[in-house]
Amino acid sequence: MPFEPKIIGFLCNWCSYTGADLAGVSRIKSAPNVRAIRTMCSGRVDPAFILKAFALGADGVVVMGCHLGDCHYQEGNHKTIRRIPFLKRLIRDFGIDPRRLRLEWVSASEGDQFARIVNEMTEEIRKLGPLKLYIHSEIKQPAADA
Amino acid sequence: MAKPKLALYWAASCGGCEIAVLDIHEKILDVANAFDIVFWPVAMDFKYDDVRKMENKSIDLCLFNGSIRNSENEEIAHLLRAKSKALVAFGSCALEGGIPGLANLTTKDAILQFVYRDSPSTVKANGGLYPQTHTKMPEGEIEIPEMWETVKALDQVVDVDYYIPGCPPVPNQIWGVIEYILSGKPLPPKGSVIGAGVKTCCDECKRERKEKKLKQFFRPYEIAPKPDECLLDQGIVCMGPATRDGCGALCPTANMPCRGCYGPPPNQLDQGAKMVSALASVIDAQEPEEIEKILDQIADPIGTFYRFSLAHSILRRVEKS
Repeated sequence: MPFEPKIIGFLCNWCSYTGADLAGVSRIKSAPNVRAIRTMCSGRVDPAFILKAFALGADGVVVMGCHLGDCHYQEGNHKTIRRIPFLKRLIRDFGIDPRRLRLEWVSASEGDQFARIVNEMTEEIRKLGPLKLYIHSEIKQPAADA
Repeated sequence: MAKPKLALYWAASCGGCEIAVLDIHEKILDVANAFDIVFWPVAMDFKYDDVRKMENKSIDLCLFNGSIRNSENEEIAHLLRAKSKALVAFGSCALEGGIPGLANLTTKDAILQFVYRDSPSTVKANGGLYPQTHTKMPEGEIEIPEMWETVKALDQVVDVDYYIPGCPPVPNQIWGVIEYILSGKPLPPKGSVIGAGVKTCCDECKRERKEKKLKQFFRPYEIAPKPDECLLDQGIVCMGPATRDGCGALCPTANMPCRGCYGPPPNQLDQGAKMVSALASVIDAQEPEEIEKILDQIADPIGTFYRFSLAHSILRRVEKS
C-alpha cells in the first residue's frame, strides 16, 4: 500500500475550525489526511500534545489559529507564535524534520486557505515519508484507523 | 515480631543517592535498628546469589537507585522486583533516567568510539579495543555485562510501586518517608510520588517574582544575578516552573538556576514541553525574526530542559541519524 501521511491538525474553535467547516460546506476538495482536533484556542495547544502526537504515530502536526490581532482571547495566538518555532527547534534536536510541524493562520472565512494548506502539507509529508521514532517500538500503538 | 527487611541497590548511578541516605546522619542508626538490612552492595557484603536464594516478596522495602543501562542493571531490577513487596524508584536516575539518560542524545557506538578511541586521555597502545562481553582466559571464559543502546528508567523495565525524586533526594525527605513507613500508617496508593510536593519549585522559592517580559537570556556565568529577584525574571533559564517542589528550592537559594532534578510537576508528562510552554509565554517579541533571535540565546534546549528526564520524556531519545 502506498504511504498515506497521518497528520494531526489542532484547530482553534473560533477561526480555523470554522474555516475548515467552510471548506466543507463550500465543497472544496482537500486531502483527507488531516485529522482535526478542535481546541478552544491555538494557545491551548500544549507542546506536550504535539510531542505525544508524534509519539503515537502522527507523521505531521499542523496547528491552526486566528490571524494575529483576531484572537478571541486577545493574545492566545501571541503565545503560539513563539511556542511553535521553539518547539520546531526542539523536535529538530530530537531528530524530527521541523517541516513536520507547521503553524498556520486560517480565519473563519478562509475555507480555500484551509484546503490549500492541507493539500500542501500532505504532499510535503508524503515526500518526507513516514516518521520513524524509537518510541514507536517501545509503546503499544493504538489500533490502526478503520 | 521480626524486623521488616530493607534492601538498597544501585544500578547505573553515581552513588550520590547512597550518600544521601547516609546524610540523614545519626538517624541511620534508627534505620538499622528498625529494619533488617538484607542487601546493600555499596555498604555491606552481600552477593547476588544471597538475593536469589530469598523467598519471593520477602523484602519489605527496596530502595532502587540508578537507571537501567546494561544487562546487569536489568537482571537485578527483575530480581529485586520479584523479591520485594514495595519497590521504590529512588532518585532521578531510577525515576526518569537521570544524568545517565543523557546518553540517549547519542548512540552506544558514538560513546564507545569516544571513550575507548578518540578522547585525548585514551592510551592508544591497546589499539583502541572495546570491552568485550565474553573473554577467554586461561582459567576459563569471563563475562561482563552488555551495555544497552538506550538508557531506561526503572519503570520502563519493571513494575514500580513508589517514586522518590531528586538528584539526590534531600535527606529530610528521605527521613520523612522512612519515618512514615515506621509509623505503620497506611501506605499511599501505588504509583505515588513520595518525599516531594505537589506544586512546582517556584512555589518554594523565596525570590520575588514580577510579570516576566524577556528579550534576552543569559547563561549563569554571564551575569551576577540580583539575590532577591526571580532568576527567570533576570533572563537566566531556571527550570523552576517545570519542576516538582520538595527540595526546598536549594539551587535558586544558592543563586543558581533550578536544574530540574525533581522531575516534572504532577500531571505533566514532559518537562521539556512544559519548559517550552513556560519560556514561550515570557518572551517579549511578536515578530518571527525577533523571536528566532531570542530563541538563539537559549543554549542546548534538550540538555537543559531534559537534563534529568530525557529517558522518561515523551520521545525518550534522540533519533539516530
